[in-house]
Amino acid sequence: MKFDQPAGQNPIDQLKVVGKATDRIDGKYKTTGTAAYAYERHDVVANQAYGYVLGAGIARGRIGAMHVDEAKAAPGVLAVVTTLETPRLERGKMNTAYLFGGDRVQHYHQAVAVVVAETFEQARAAAFLVRVDYLPEDGKYDLAAEASAAKPVPADSQEGSGGAGEERVGDFEGAFAEAPVTLDETYSTADESHAMMEPHATIAAWDGDKVTLWTSNQMIAWGHGSLAKILGVPKENVRLDAPFVGGGFGGKLFVRADAVLAALGAKAAGRPVKVALTRPLIANNTTHRPATIQRVRIGATKDGTITAIAHESTSGNLPDGSPETAVNQTRMLYAGANRLTAMKLAQLDLPEGNAMRAPGEAPGLMVLEVAMDEMAEKLGMDPVEFRLRNDTQVDPNKPDRRFSHRDLVGCLNLGSKKFGWAKRNPTPGRVRDGQWLVGVGMASAYRDNMSLKSGARVRLDGRGMVTVETDMTDVGTGSYTIIAQTAAEMMGLPLDNVVVRLGDSDFPVSSGSGGQFGANSSTSGVYAACVKLREAVAQRLGINSADAVFADGEVRSGNRAVPLGEAAAEGDLTAEDAIEFGDLSKQYQLSTFGAHFVEVGVDVHTAEIRVRRMLAVCAAGRILNPKSARNQVIGGMTMGTGAALMEELAVDTKRGFFANHDLAGYEVPVHADIPHQEVIFLDEVDPISSPMKAKGVGELGICGVGAAVANAVYNATGIRVRDYPITLDKLLDRMPEAA
Amino acid sequence: MKSFTYERPGTPAEAAAAVAAKPNAKFIAGGTNLLDLMKLQIETPTHLVDVNGLGLDRVEPTPPACARIGALVRNTDLAADPRVRTDYGVLSRALLAGASGQLRNKATTAGNLLQRTRCPYFYDTAQACNKRQPGSGCSALDGVSRQLAVIGASETCIATHPGDMAVAMRVLDATVETVDAKGTERRIPVAEFHRLPGDTPNVDTTLKTGELITAVTLPKPVAGMHIYRKVRDRASYAYALVSVAAILGKDGTGRVAFGGVAPRPWRVEAAEVDLPKGAKAVTDMVFAEANPTRDNAYKLKLAERALTAAINQARA
Repeated sequence: MKFDQPAGQNPIDQLKVVGKATDRIDGKYKTTGTAAYAYERHDVVANQAYGYVLGAGIARGRIGAMHVDEAKAAPGVLAVVTTLETPRLERGKMNTAYLFGGDRVQHYHQAVAVVVAETFEQARAAAFLVRVDYLPEDGKYDLAAEASAAKPVPADSQEGSGGAGEERVGDFEGAFAEAPVTLDETYSTADESHAMMEPHATIAAWDGDKVTLWTSNQMIAWGHGSLAKILGVPKENVRLDAPFVGGGFGGKLFVRADAVLAALGAKAAGRPVKVALTRPLIANNTTHRPATIQRVRIGATKDGTITAIAHESTSGNLPDGSPETAVNQTRMLYAGANRLTAMKLAQLDLPEGNAMRAPGEAPGLMVLEVAMDEMAEKLGMDPVEFRLRNDTQVDPNKPDRRFSHRDLVGCLNLGSKKFGWAKRNPTPGRVRDGQWLVGVGMASAYRDNMSLKSGARVRLDGRGMVTVETDMTDVGTGSYTIIAQTAAEMMGLPLDNVVVRLGDSDFPVSSGSGGQFGANSSTSGVYAACVKLREAVAQRLGINSADAVFADGEVRSGNRAVPLGEAAAEGDLTAEDAIEFGDLSKQYQLSTFGAHFVEVGVDVHTAEIRVRRMLAVCAAGRILNPKSARNQVIGGMTMGTGAALMEELAVDTKRGFFANHDLAGYEVPVHADIPHQEVIFLDEVDPISSPMKAKGVGELGICGVGAAVANAVYNATGIRVRDYPITLDKLLDRMPEAA
Repeated sequence: MKSFTYERPGTPAEAAAAVAAKPNAKFIAGGTNLLDLMKLQIETPTHLVDVNGLGLDRVEPTPPACARIGALVRNTDLAADPRVRTDYGVLSRALLAGASGQLRNKATTAGNLLQRTRCPYFYDTAQACNKRQPGSGCSALDGVSRQLAVIGASETCIATHPGDMAVAMRVLDATVETVDAKGTERRIPVAEFHRLPGDTPNVDTTLKTGELITAVTLPKPVAGMHIYRKVRDRASYAYALVSVAAILGKDGTGRVAFGGVAPRPWRVEAAEVDLPKGAKAVTDMVFAEANPTRDNAYKLKLAERALTAAINQARA
């Protein structure tokens, strides 16, 4: 099905199942521990051995020799595969560094060997016996030191939301020079780790020249193609299966060393092999969100109308790596006739940076929305009012290109009212509650809405059960449930009559999960397949498909009502289709919007920051399942609180690695850090987005929330910190005396 | 984890003898730290002597009005003990500020004293660390050191003792009781229990090989408000950036020890006479010899302000 015209009335609009707050259909498996994640697929293949990955102990250089005799002779060891004896393997999609093979070390903890043994403990013990002779070379590990040598990003970046390296509209410099009120500040954000609960993990088994990988991956089709390329086998000889994924946040968009080394280890051992990456390897072997240095300049007239806005960002990466696209939202969020956005990329020899939940917007809004707060203060304006003043209904770069639907204003106004923003004391440092300095802050949320082609197969059986198969993944987001809701709505069935099977590369190729494109794209693919199935049902029953009504488990036409299952009485009916998105996203700008409001307390003595309440109002098209959508938004708000207050991969700039490479050292918010979170979805639809009229919501929650926290800290203390996260050491010197 | 042998002796002296008899043997109690370190081959004992069956799991009154805490009393039980809650509140509060409920259920009194540093370089076997591998160097000195020691450290090691419990025991003037392989008992003031690194940062404590902790005794209760103020980047489940264990009167007199700043709980008794003058007078003296890194110099200001918080709390 081609989607190239705005959606009209369709069966989804009935909202009998879609749009209802629905418990996850996989929830009972998660809560009872019976959802088997990759490493726990004990039943899929017999005789599983264990692989343990050894990471490089230097950040850059070559390997002179590897001594593995002791390891090979250790108890239980079945095979040792080293990078030296392996020709450098091809890279998979979006891999920057090589995952394995050859003598070059490009970053710390790059995989140099996998040891396979009968037990995990034996494999790990033997891995410690592998000795590696390194020939270290100097590297570049300090973004601040390399920023001056950073080069402009030339072409369209594939990372994050993409976008040109530099964009200009009007005459930024001239307008900024003439503006009566200006802001020019520089900010920095930290490297961050996805820190998902389930580590990267894979079981690999060869059957002749065919290999199956039970793995944890957000994008099955990308992984499928990548593994075929890396392993040098035809695609049809590779199968991936990932029915449950314990979080990814972008860290599992691309094939990583667990999958490659499970396959190589299995080949070497002649046995199925399972591999999970350890926590230190997750920080230094896989990807992370790159740190940025960002400069924002805003010029406005005295009434708060932006006349000039510039956002420049510098990030670092390995050679061939991409920039963090932190300026993207600034191209779209606010009006202003004269604009400049630009990115620079410095070469670093740290582990590779890549997408993490809302790449671009998350660190970009962390900065832009603090700059907006600072500018509002310079103007003597309320920060909400300043944002309302500069709303735009068109792409500011191409004024004839409208937003498909944009209600940032509605989010700001409703949020302001519900939060009690009017009670805010605009003078910082004036509100005290016991030991706490109390402040409130707000920020706009913005995230592009992307769509990817997505396919599905639906099958009706004689009992009236519909089975949906697609290689879509459920990364803890609720894909199973919204896909079931979609099929149930389309076929006029209760939810219990739908079975959803996901994550298998034998199923039709879907959008996968990432970039908050998964929910809208994959359900649209199921919609398309169900349209075909409805036609097949009507034809089988001899009903004109235009007249057929699918409701209450029946197909009705005129006075005739037939149980749906009768259409499959003589054999299952199967339909397959994919949604393909046309040029609507070129004609219109499709984005999601929100407003965050946060109250924090800052300890008057120690400057410890604790969030007291949070509210997000979101405008993201039709909300397919308010329960799982809320779950996504509060997860994003939590993650953004982490970015604002504690999350930082600490760079050892001498040795070139992230030193706090476990969950004791890399702190993410715990329950005690997160207060009551309120989420309100505006009741809206976006027919330009898809037949579902929905948009993404999985990343919107993290966008801007960190800035709202930072702005609240400023309101509480009068201290503006521009280097994130805001840890207490950055406040202490400027805290007022606590008598 | 390397292979090891294992035994469960019947008495404390037998346990001590069992460890003394074999090179590279270690006691194991709750195992909340040792097992993790063994998995990473930071600790590689060849023989484990499991002391969990030795009793030593009671908190007993020892007249006059003192308390004797068995080495194997779990952190959860110790924090909840009515006598501890009533008379030694700083200890109960310190315990509850540490780790998580699950870990406290397992962790023991002696084991908590013996927990090893959380310096990131100690945990990464590819990095130089004199504490883990004597003579290899210290990567932390010019590496990531925001969490590490500002005082009491040396050119070979800037690791901290990461615990909370010992800081409260230090302010309470607790005593560690031990027994050795010959059955000889010894009493070590907690002030002398943890070593400063000097040139041998691999040796954390003054215990001799095979010497087993049997109990920690607390002297008569000290009057005043018992305060444990732990400052950290998140609200729970994090090591202290700085902690303050204090027993303070309304007039500001009292005693104070600091955690998160040194290789052992840091207390300078001579500075305590200045407590009525306020925090700065005390911390100026307590940290007079401080030698922080660029990344952890903030701890000096933080210690002063955390002590101010405690003093204000006591005066309120």
